[in-house]
Amino acid sequence: MSTETIDLKTRLITDFHAREAVMNGEASSEFHQKKRAGLARFEQLGFPTIKHEEWKYSNVRDLISVSYDFNAESSIGLAELEDLKVPAQQANILYFVNGRYNAELSTIISPVEKITISSLADAYKNDPARVASYFNELTKDADDAFTALNTAFTQDGVFVHIPDNQSVEHPIILRFVSDAREKNVGSQPRNIISVGKNSHVKIAEAFRTLGEQRSFTNAVTEINVAQEANVQYYKVQNESENAYHIGTTQVRMADRSHFYAGTVTLNGKFTRNNLNIVLDGEHCDAHMYGLYFPDGSQHVDNHTVADHQKPNSESNELYKGILRDKSKGVFNGKIFVRPDAQKTNAFQSCKNIVLSPDASMNTKPQLEIFADDVKCSHGTTTGQIDEEALFYMRSRGISQPEAMSLLMFAFCADVVSQIKIDSVREYLENVITQKLASK
Amino acid sequence: MLSINDLRASIEGKEILKGINLEVKPGEVHAIMGPNGSGKSTLASVLAGREEYEVTGGSVVFEGKDLLELAPEERAAEGIFLAFQYPVEIPGVTTINFLKTAVNEIRKYKGESPLDAAQFLKMVREKAKLVSMNDSLLKRALNEGFSGGEKKRNEIFQMAVLEPKLAILDETDSGLDIDALRIVAEGVNSLRSPERATIVVTHYQRLLDYIVPDFVHVLYKGRIVKSGPKELALELEEKGYDWIKAEVEAVG
Repeated sequence: MSTETIDLKTRLITDFHAREAVMNGEASSEFHQKKRAGLARFEQLGFPTIKHEEWKYSNVRDLISVSYDFNAESSIGLAELEDLKVPAQQANILYFVNGRYNAELSTIISPVEKITISSLADAYKNDPARVASYFNELTKDADDAFTALNTAFTQDGVFVHIPDNQSVEHPIILRFVSDAREKNVGSQPRNIISVGKNSHVKIAEAFRTLGEQRSFTNAVTEINVAQEANVQYYKVQNESENAYHIGTTQVRMADRSHFYAGTVTLNGKFTRNNLNIVLDGEHCDAHMYGLYFPDGSQHVDNHTVADHQKPNSESNELYKGILRDKSKGVFNGKIFVRPDAQKTNAFQSCKNIVLSPDASMNTKPQLEIFADDVKCSHGTTTGQIDEEALFYMRSRGISQPEAMSLLMFAFCADVVSQIKIDSVREYLENVITQKLASK
Repeated sequence: MLSINDLRASIEGKEILKGINLEVKPGEVHAIMGPNGSGKSTLASVLAGREEYEVTGGSVVFEGKDLLELAPEERAAEGIFLAFQYPVEIPGVTTINFLKTAVNEIRKYKGESPLDAAQFLKMVREKAKLVSMNDSLLKRALNEGFSGGEKKRNEIFQMAVLEPKLAILDETDSGLDIDALRIVAEGVNSLRSPERATIVVTHYQRLLDYIVPDFVHVLYKGRIVKSGPKELALELEEKGYDWIKAEVEAVG
């Protein structure tokens, strides 16, 4: 039985007020007012239980049963990160250790006079009004306790601001490292990304854990995509067997913009990704690709929303999963087509291979269509490996395990090939190959 | 080379092969003909090791080894090749990568070191030329979106690359127009040698105009009911299978 006398919610609320008490004048700032509103929202909502429709298959009881140090120091250096890092290429690489920016480890090579790439904390120091105006704008109506909690406790993350007509040559790679070597650690990064008209950028978030203690990451990313902009955004989770991750990416798209998301979950005890895209423009297109490959007793839950608000836009979604051992997967894909959004095209597909009788997958497509001239389709499949394909390969001399690996790698390739940052894609291919060879 | 003795096999409890006897020597081409449902494809599948079929009796010895004890991949490595009636589409795996894996897995089985990329490519290009296989198909996902003719040609191409001792062609002519048939047959013929043997499973005689067999066997109701020289195929073409059926029924 638990000996915790104070639950995590109470502990967090108490912590918030204790911090607020020593803030002096800063407590009245716009930024802090937003955080305070976040806390109130969190207080009201509380952590979800499985009675909550959005959390029916994902129980956070285990996650909130212990406490985490949200201010843990870490002496981590590049040497320890060597085997964790995504292979280098010419890129802006920003390290966040236990949720805080580490300037020493980071490299920013894009011209800072043209575009802003900095930690949220630094950006706030330089221009509090600008950061406060962006902060929580896209997520302000979120009906989600974890987003509200992140808002209340926002300290750091990345702040990217790209003016109009800029093509950012080098990708921006954000590496979030939880140093859980000594104790349970928590972090709540908030990333704010604003991409100007007709600008292009590629951004990746990569999450890793060091050590065997628990880590809890509660991440929120807000991405504003202006007219005609093109954003490629990837999230890669390769965390530990004791890593708990809740993440929300909230996107707003304007006319004629393009947004590509790739969400790949390779390891982690408990992962919940919310990807919410509001297509708030005409002739824009959103693409969502996802891949999850849990084993052991890992749990991966992807919730996506494509919210079509204006006419003539398109969303296209493909999620794929391979589930081994006793792992569990959840996919919930919502498509909203609002009354004004005539001529919407919305496609959704979720395909799964379940390799063990003890593994399970829950899929739920959810289409809510309020316009009449639309094309929408959805489909989910859950099955085993194709026996005929397996026999075909074996009949050519390829051993059963090797044939399985090839088939599963090919299954993943539909999603992995969509990742347009070479070093990230190669990293994923390597990890997937290793993981396939491990059984 | 191959010695099949009283082979019996069933699927889902239903006996399909009811005692097959067949001897194949190096250099020979055997045609197995017969009406639909006689067990021709079952025989091909059982030899290649398809697991849905249960072998309920008899033996198959290939080059001195008990074939039925071997996994499909071991049979392939020992030199058996099945050209599929319905080649499988495998999205995401290119033909070239698939074949490279196959070649090197077989080399590993034989205790040989893997071919490097340059050696492999050189070999593959030569073989592709042999069966008029377009280079662009090699880079595409295996059989995905291939026409019927391209799929069958890909089978023969794979055969050319893997150089089996015994090739089994399962209804390779089905779904091919006459030009495709000729190209496929030329590929098969170019691989004929005194060391290699071929079993051609077919419903129609026309493939045998191009791949001329040494022996023709008629399979009916799970047994080889008649064997003869290549002229038997012509007789079947002319007279159909009814006279064979009548003969068998008469004997009881």
